[in-house]
Amino acid sequence: MFTFAAFCYMLSLVLCASLIFFAIWHITAFDELQADFKVPIDQGNPLHARERLRNIERICCLLRKLVLPEYSIHGLFCIMFLCAQEWLTVGLNIPLFFYNTWRYFHSPTDTKELLYDPASVMNGDTLKFCQKEAWCKMSFFVLSFFYYLYCMVYSLQTGNLSDSWLFQMPILSARITQQPLGERISPACSFHSLYPWI
Amino acid sequence: MAKTKELSKDVRDKIVDLHKAGMGYKNIAKQLGEKGALNIIERTIPQPRVQQLSVEKLSREGAFLMDTGSVIYLWTGRNCNPNFLTQVLGVPKYAALSQNMMSSTGFSSQNGAGGPPYANGPSQNPVALKPPGPGYNMAHQTPYNPMQAKSPMPPGLGLYNSGPYQPIPPVSSYQSLPGQPMLNRPPMGPPQPMTPPQSASPGPGPRMPPAQATPPPPVSANNYQYPPAWQYGGPPPIGAPHPMAIPPLGPVANHVTSSPSLAPPQASSAGYSAAPPPVFHNAMQPLGPPTSLHGYTQQGSAPPPMNPMAAPHSYQPGMRAPYGPPPSMRPTPPPTGPPMGNATPPLGPKTDGNMPTPGNGAQVPNSFDHLETGPKMTGPLPPQQPGPPARHMGLSYPSLPPGYQNTSAPPNASTMHHPMQPSTQPYSHAPQPYQQPSAGPAQLSPSLAGLSLQSQTPEALRVVNLLQERNLLPPGPVTPPTPCLPQDLQKINCHPDVFRSTLTSIPQTQSLLNKAKLPLGLLLHPFKDLSQLPVVTSSTIVRCRSCRTYINPFVTFLDQRRWKCNLCYRVNDVPEEFMYNPVSRSYGEPHKRPEVQNATIEFIAPSEYMLRPPQPAVYLIVLDVSHNAVETGYLDVVCQSLLENINALPGDSRTKIGFITFDSTIHFYNLQETLSQPQMLIVSDIEDIFLPTPDSLLVNLNECKELVQDLLKSLPQMFGKTMETQSALGPALQAAFKLLSPTGGRVSVFQTQLPSLGVGALKSREDPNQRASAKDIQHLSPATDFYKKLALDCSGQQVAVDLFLLSSQYCDLASLGCISRYSAGSVYYYPSYHQQHNPAGVECFQKDLKRYLTRKIGFEAVMRIRCTKGLSIHTFHGNFFVRSTDLLSLPNVNPDAGFAVQMSIEENLVDMQSVSFQAALLYTSSKGERRIRVHTMCLPVVNSLSDIFAGADVQAITGLLASMAVDRSVTASLSDARDAMTNASIDSLTSYRTSVLTIQQPGLLAPACLRLFPLYILALLKQKAFRTGTSTRLDDRVFAMCQLKYQPLAYVMLMIHPALYRVDDLTDEGALNIIERTIPQPRVQQLSVEKLSREGAFLMDAGSVIYLWIGRNCNPNFLTQVLGVPNYAALSQNMNMLPELDTAESQRTRAFVGWLREQRPFFPILHVIRDESPLKASFLQNMIEDRTESALSYYEFLLHVQQQVSK
Repeated sequence: MFTFAAFCYMLSLVLCASLIFFAIWHITAFDELQADFKVPIDQGNPLHARERLRNIERICCLLRKLVLPEYSIHGLFCIMFLCAQEWLTVGLNIPLFFYNTWRYFHSPTDTKELLYDPASVMNGDTLKFCQKEAWCKMSFFVLSFFYYLYCMVYSLQTGNLSDSWLFQMPILSARITQQPLGERISPACSFHSLYPWI
Repeated sequence: MAKTKELSKDVRDKIVDLHKAGMGYKNIAKQLGEKGALNIIERTIPQPRVQQLSVEKLSREGAFLMDTGSVIYLWTGRNCNPNFLTQVLGVPKYAALSQNMMSSTGFSSQNGAGGPPYANGPSQNPVALKPPGPGYNMAHQTPYNPMQAKSPMPPGLGLYNSGPYQPIPPVSSYQSLPGQPMLNRPPMGPPQPMTPPQSASPGPGPRMPPAQATPPPPVSANNYQYPPAWQYGGPPPIGAPHPMAIPPLGPVANHVTSSPSLAPPQASSAGYSAAPPPVFHNAMQPLGPPTSLHGYTQQGSAPPPMNPMAAPHSYQPGMRAPYGPPPSMRPTPPPTGPPMGNATPPLGPKTDGNMPTPGNGAQVPNSFDHLETGPKMTGPLPPQQPGPPARHMGLSYPSLPPGYQNTSAPPNASTMHHPMQPSTQPYSHAPQPYQQPSAGPAQLSPSLAGLSLQSQTPEALRVVNLLQERNLLPPGPVTPPTPCLPQDLQKINCHPDVFRSTLTSIPQTQSLLNKAKLPLGLLLHPFKDLSQLPVVTSSTIVRCRSCRTYINPFVTFLDQRRWKCNLCYRVNDVPEEFMYNPVSRSYGEPHKRPEVQNATIEFIAPSEYMLRPPQPAVYLIVLDVSHNAVETGYLDVVCQSLLENINALPGDSRTKIGFITFDSTIHFYNLQETLSQPQMLIVSDIEDIFLPTPDSLLVNLNECKELVQDLLKSLPQMFGKTMETQSALGPALQAAFKLLSPTGGRVSVFQTQLPSLGVGALKSREDPNQRASAKDIQHLSPATDFYKKLALDCSGQQVAVDLFLLSSQYCDLASLGCISRYSAGSVYYYPSYHQQHNPAGVECFQKDLKRYLTRKIGFEAVMRIRCTKGLSIHTFHGNFFVRSTDLLSLPNVNPDAGFAVQMSIEENLVDMQSVSFQAALLYTSSKGERRIRVHTMCLPVVNSLSDIFAGADVQAITGLLASMAVDRSVTASLSDARDAMTNASIDSLTSYRTSVLTIQQPGLLAPACLRLFPLYILALLKQKAFRTGTSTRLDDRVFAMCQLKYQPLAYVMLMIHPALYRVDDLTDEGALNIIERTIPQPRVQQLSVEKLSREGAFLMDAGSVIYLWIGRNCNPNFLTQVLGVPNYAALSQNMNMLPELDTAESQRTRAFVGWLREQRPFFPILHVIRDESPLKASFLQNMIEDRTESALSYYEFLLHVQQQVSK
């Protein structure tokens, strides 16, 4: 049965794919940032300096441009599922939503330019944190992609997700919830390492 | 050989003939009518038969000696002849034999199994057999040598904890070298620690120039070894050793003749025997007192080496007062003693011809013996050695020197430090020294720990109850701890002023580090002005092929052709060119190249290090000429300084200079050669800035000097009547950027007010009423990112912006500072600058400007910091742009810039003895040369918490914490940062209490090395940057934060914890003598009002400012003689300098103040303060141990910490 919930899941499937793409893009971007020091003989060259700086700024600029779309898409998920009264799904997404909000307003850089400040992104710590974050997000989105797929199919068939066997099988549901929870925890931990205070 | 000397010539000839005939020495002896025993210098050395190596040959009734080169075993049969047991081993029966017997008895027995027992004090001879030297290469050496070798080992190692470290690369590397004479040097290694720097195994020869400069280092090294010695001599090893070292030579020469001097030379040469003599000469001679040596030098190459020996021993003299000067000699002799064989033999053989040898040999040792208490030992030894020498003439010498060191060292250690231990133990100690620190300190009660000063570690770990011991400040400056490295490594390690680690012992794992709760990081001052810097010009710079590390003293040479990187452990080839040593002009000694001998070195880079031609020195001066700026009168000072120093600007014939002034418009100056006078071009379109005549704005300084001078002379008047109050700093900076982007260079911006026009305009964000009361300080982060973005652009174009802020009002340094921060510039701030109202500020500005204009500068620089695999750098502090995870982009680098990095341990450093850090700074000098300055530091790895604590460098930790706290207050909040700092001290002390201390006592316990930690933290909390509750202007605060981040540690520490001296009673006692000036050294006082007395005058050195506080009832003598006023009331409120009076007191005081000022690159203003002075408040604010309205006193703070620690 094609319910609003089913529609939400379909839409989120598509958007989730784009989020996965964003995450992959993040990962490659950070790799590229980091890869520089593999480059052979000295970046001591002034010419190289300019290229390198431009490169960093370009990457940071692109990354920044992705920040708002990513956060808003994810925010949209939460609102949609809230409207569709898919509580479990909302519950899975809320932690990330709060994390995003927090990250947006408490960017670890000292500019108003949000995250990915070219002047500090190359600090080993920041870079590592960003990489970890990107990987975590990607795995989260991949998992939720399959979860949405399942939910979409299920809701299309039954129309009411809460009747599904999923909720009669506590073990399975626990397993599914576990993953997102893990996601929530790991960014928090790694953020701690961003300010390694002693 | 030594023996032969005594024989008459015909006998000698006969021996030689027989030898040629293929006879062994026994047969020869027979021929000569001596049965199985060689007669050596009046001693009979029995020559037992060599037995087959089979158990079957051992009999229970006998005693057998096995000589394995590095170790000599004396196997005593169960039913051994009781006579042997009592007469030789000194035990009543077999059962009474100690398991660990290694005494001299054993030693003597080695000489000749059957030989007459030398009844030397067995226990005294530390040399004992015990230490199977770490692979002493005894190959060439006769049995004796091994002994010596062994003996040497213990002393060096023992004291030092070297045990564990022996594996150290350099040493081992040499050893591994197959059969190369040069390589043999390694064996020297262990003993070498003792020897002066030159003799240091790595490369006495090559280092020549440095060696001279370095004498002090060896001394310091010594400290370690002989911690006990200090008890007598006191801390100032550096000063003391020198004088001592020299005197020894004199005396020695007199009474001993050449022997002492010769011995040392031999020692050094021994290792190098293969090495070309010239090397030594060069290196060594500079050190020694030339005159005394000369006499000896003739005799042999030996003399020069002497010097090194003397230096190391110098402390010993300190220990034994009675011996005085002669003792100084002894230091060397002791070496001779044990090595005696070495020392004397050489003498014997060589000198004999000239001198009555037998007598000499014996005498010499004796004289030295005093030191060791083992006259007996030395006596016997010399003779013994002669025996061995017979076999190998040349070789024996080399190995011997080490022996000296050993013997001398051990006795001291054993007798002095471990009185409680049984005599035999001292020996056993030696090998294990290293473990002691860890176990020992923890288990010993504080008092005991104090006694067992065997190594530095225990002292550092001495438990101090902070609540009970009030005066924790050392009388002089706080010295950084020395890493527990073998001496030869330590000697060449990077100077702590340049490269310093918060933990001089690196924990093995991250979890261990976390447990210690101490931050791990490095503090660097990479471009520091150095008086001695070896510069190498080479077409190939040897670097590791995989990690690009520059070759350094801590790499391992596997053989002559291969070296192993100490950072990534890759094995690399030694290029052909590197085989030649330009210093000694010898071939085949890669390990003696200057690159491998100096931890700090500069390369002149070949062309592959530049893609474009090195940039010329380019200076652009950007001046604020608005009404406000003209009012302060700073233009005069700037123009005057420039005029005076225009020839001193670093640069070459390509140097360029340009000027921009701005108010609400931007003014350029066309200085083209063809013009008769400077032409001003005004650009009023500040929205879209452009360069009117791009070619002629930056001109060659040499070609257009007259025009430039004209401009500088007329500039101050040009704007005298301006009524323009606006300031368009942003557009001016953009213009400067455009002007300099083709070349790169330095922009000096002088700004006096808040920029109000165009891009980058700022608004005042400070509410003065909130300064003191605000719960949290706002606006520490920039208001706009314009300056940061521009700075990044500048960085990309190799342009650095230095900011001079002269203002009386809020200027938003937090925003403006970004322009310097990310372009690697520097920030200067002169609050309330005014030509008339603030003469002290003007003087300060002048002096700073002079330094700024004339100091060294490096352009288009990058700095890369590498560390051993397993460690990683994660955060940088300072002014720069981080371009890669380990690469800092520094458009300009100046000698006053400091950097800090935080590190983490990513992989466990389990198999490593030590780790290395290398900072390489690649820059273009003002002469257009591309240069690379490389600093390498090596630190030991430890696996126990107590070792970590023992190696903590409290100043470095404080400096790093301060940088971290600055970051924290910007990203989080000031109160957060303050809490974090307090917690840092609480956590580390808690960790110490719970993990290291086994005996729990009441009170706040800290290891001695961290005893100042809570004090420094409290000082940080009361520092301008972090204090709350006191009215602090936002700009002052932000400036203090900038300084904490980019000043080198030495200056930061003064800012944090000023030094207070009482100066009304300066005397010449303990004064320093520098170039004919006498500089009194008063004691550092605690920063508490309680220390101030009304009768005194106190000088507070707070880094950028010096206060002279005069008590109301101050000694009238001081007032008249130093200050030149009749009485207290006549003191001026605004006195800023000391009058130059021709009195001893005045000279002393001025010498002291002048000396303090010389030690830093900036000019601290002197404020004379009396009771009513307005500055009294700021003086008293530095009294950090006292309680203020808003902050705890030191004691209260300690109580607070204690409360938290005991929770």
